[in-house]
Amino acid sequence: MKKYDNLVRNAAGRVVPTEVNGVSQFPFMGIGQFKPTGRKYAPQIVSCSDYPEDGNKTVSTLKDALIKSGLKDGMVISTHHHFRNGDLIAVQIFDIAKELGIKDLVWVPSASFECQSVLVKYLEDGTIHHIEGSMNGSLGRFTSEGKMNGLGILRSHGGRYQAIQDGEVIIDIAVIAAPTADPFGNATGDRGPAACGLLGFALADSQYANKVVVVTDNLVPFPCIPWQIQGNYVDYVVVVEKVGIPEKIVSGTTEITKSPDRLLLAEWTAQFCDEAGIIKDGFSFQAGAGGTALSIGVYFADILRERGMKSRWARGGSNKYLVKMLEEGLLDYILDGQTFDLDGVRSMRENEGHVNTSPFTSYNYHGKGNFSSMVDVVILGATEVDVNFNANVVTHSDGYLLHGIGGWQNCLHAKCTIIPVPLFRDRIPVILDEVTTLCGPGELIDVIVTERGIAINPRRTDLIEKMKNSSLPIKTIQELKDEAERICGKPAKPKLSDEIVAVVKWVDGTILDSIRKVL
Amino acid sequence: MEFNIEKIVTAGNKGKGIRSDCFVTMELQESGGIQLEIQSKVIVFYGESIKHLALSMLEFFEIANAKLLIEDTGAIDCVLSARIEAVIKQLIKTDKNYLPEMISSNLYSTLKDRNRFSRLYLPGNSPSLMLNAGIHKPNAIILDLEDAVAVDKKFEASFLVRNALRAMDFYGAERMVRINQIPRGIDDLVYLIPHNVNLLLVPKCEEAEQIKILNNKIDELKKLHGITNPIWLMPIIESAKGIMNAYQIAQSADNIVSMAIGLEDYTADLGTKRTYEATESFFARSMVVNACRAVGIQPIDSVFSDIADMEALKENVLKSKALGFDGMGCIHPRQIGVIHEYFAPDVAEIEKARKIVLAFDEATEKGLGVVSLGSKMIDPPVVKRALKTIELAVNMGKLSKEWRSE
Repeated sequence: MKKYDNLVRNAAGRVVPTEVNGVSQFPFMGIGQFKPTGRKYAPQIVSCSDYPEDGNKTVSTLKDALIKSGLKDGMVISTHHHFRNGDLIAVQIFDIAKELGIKDLVWVPSASFECQSVLVKYLEDGTIHHIEGSMNGSLGRFTSEGKMNGLGILRSHGGRYQAIQDGEVIIDIAVIAAPTADPFGNATGDRGPAACGLLGFALADSQYANKVVVVTDNLVPFPCIPWQIQGNYVDYVVVVEKVGIPEKIVSGTTEITKSPDRLLLAEWTAQFCDEAGIIKDGFSFQAGAGGTALSIGVYFADILRERGMKSRWARGGSNKYLVKMLEEGLLDYILDGQTFDLDGVRSMRENEGHVNTSPFTSYNYHGKGNFSSMVDVVILGATEVDVNFNANVVTHSDGYLLHGIGGWQNCLHAKCTIIPVPLFRDRIPVILDEVTTLCGPGELIDVIVTERGIAINPRRTDLIEKMKNSSLPIKTIQELKDEAERICGKPAKPKLSDEIVAVVKWVDGTILDSIRKVL
Repeated sequence: MEFNIEKIVTAGNKGKGIRSDCFVTMELQESGGIQLEIQSKVIVFYGESIKHLALSMLEFFEIANAKLLIEDTGAIDCVLSARIEAVIKQLIKTDKNYLPEMISSNLYSTLKDRNRFSRLYLPGNSPSLMLNAGIHKPNAIILDLEDAVAVDKKFEASFLVRNALRAMDFYGAERMVRINQIPRGIDDLVYLIPHNVNLLLVPKCEEAEQIKILNNKIDELKKLHGITNPIWLMPIIESAKGIMNAYQIAQSADNIVSMAIGLEDYTADLGTKRTYEATESFFARSMVVNACRAVGIQPIDSVFSDIADMEALKENVLKSKALGFDGMGCIHPRQIGVIHEYFAPDVAEIEKARKIVLAFDEATEKGLGVVSLGSKMIDPPVVKRALKTIELAVNMGKLSKEWRSE
């Protein structure tokens, strides 16, 4: 089994390996401290003379495309989660690899979903060596139990762009599933039977991968307009019967919550933002998927409508509630990272103010700025937080890796980061002395809202001052933790192995924490 | 001690959608010691703690040989112990009670004329709904032993309600229990009276005699346990007979602080249906309001059952307030806010009360015995009501604390 002799304690106090899957790594050095030198990764120079002059890059099957792309042992293969749980392509790639007897592939998805849990068999038989991206559900469980050959690497959406741009990850073959494409490889996500909105997560792959395959079930004659993915980056186009299952493309969490406890969290969060002076004419916000976050958006809309104000821009995941705000004139722009429901897809097609973005514009930390730090307030979830406001979003308190980072780490750079969480879930306290896995350093997390009180990070003296006379129950994080333990009892600390099964990267590519094997 | 060997008993809930609860199965044995099995979704965190609790309880009840299976979905200690006690007491006869510690923040009593706009009903055998009930800030919570608990679950629910009264924090809400119908409800009292219940709802109350029987038992238990806190009563009128006796019931005891109407059973008793317009219950509601006002207690309206329709709830509250009611039951936490908002004094009421109180202040300052506003004399009860309106408006944030200087 894996033994790691080269472990260091990073600036966050976490023990992390200095080498992962044979590649040497930088430990986390503090926020904004790591300044890489050198140049970005550059893809190979190619010549038009090697591509058909008539622009027709179609090949008959995905298998052909992969063979023509030179699929072989040890290659790095990337896919994207635009179809979420309705993806039909990622698994096929590895079915083909298995059929061809290819081993030790590295899979770099922008996120994984339960529909890909069948890939466990290819992790077991060595077709796939390890995953860099996200390991959700069954894949996370498999990783946590120490069964993956290599070490898993978890990256944020922005971190994925950064890693590809910086050459930390060199993608051999990118397979981009597209709802609509033309024979040249131009592709879009906003139309077609499997319309999913946008294809932003595939941008880096199209720019930097050695070979790029576009797979679609809706081939249109050149030109495919709009071209979210430019055909000039694309090697092959494959037409299949079905790229995705439309009804599963819609995220599971697109309805506002009906739970009274969650609605209370949402109500308090909105009231907090209001009293802290965050909600004002022209403000910007980001509220992700999930019932609580969606409800907060609805409360924001109510406040804006009542006062005759509007928001300048909101970061998506877009959904019908954001679209309603846009169409009602309560919002000028949706800068969308992914569309969570069909109203979002429709709006992206129809509304000029609904703009598709990518992890490059929104999140890439190795760029000349990005949008995430310009947002006035962001509402995020967490599996755990600790008394130092550190938060975890990938593992549960029992140590199991079950979620990806998504855009979560990138969003922490907003002017105000608020995490509404229940104080306990099924008796398990959410506020601990120390998070099981560190995904977000406490210095970037400003407010924790629970149903029994709201804790403001002591670093945010400005917010504390503003909320001095609030009717909201402002408490210290320690008080909240004590209250949870008074109700639930003090939980035993789960025992985890010393063995590392995955690492969590920070947005700058340094290693923030290690994930240990569960016993 | 009597033992019941070869009988398998259970308590609690399990299955789809059940959280924060446990299902306990127990069987006494002739020998073989304790065979304890725990299946829990929180075993990593609380496995040892659950084991310790179960073994301590078996020892407390002097059980040496038994099979005990605990299927847990994240129950907190006072829920686990209620379930375990419920199985033990189906198997052995004992006078002992395994009581969780009474948390100090639960030791409050309530005032007779306290505000009772909202009372949140909580099914007496569903711990998951109890845990967070207080955070929604209802004026009161009702742990319901009556209609919300199936007949075969009544026994175990008494332990759960008792333990909830001791160990769950309802954050200042008045702690009410709806007991079973008299006479069965009399048996519920031992689980409630010693555990600082603030108020008992008496369902299907039809005559004053029922209140007398109830109060006799309450007094007996209060004496036995040295309880000095008041225990208030709220009879619920749910039949034609009850309506005709409403005034006698309302005045039958000093500890009756309010009276409620239950319209589902009442309309069934009339042989009619509950309608949105509610003309069928207009007489009954007015009877309850009049009976209450005649003896100076609070009239409380029936629950509104469509939990999704907040607009209809609002209209219902406004109608109810216009009829003279002082509050309403809730069956969902989201109803609380609407009920508070619309039972609370409105802008016109606050403004009127403000003028009266200012006139009262002025009269007091000048040493005048009579309060007058313009050319109108204000009677003392009107002043008293205005003071109450102002107090309420301030407490509900509808009027600034410094309203006099604004």
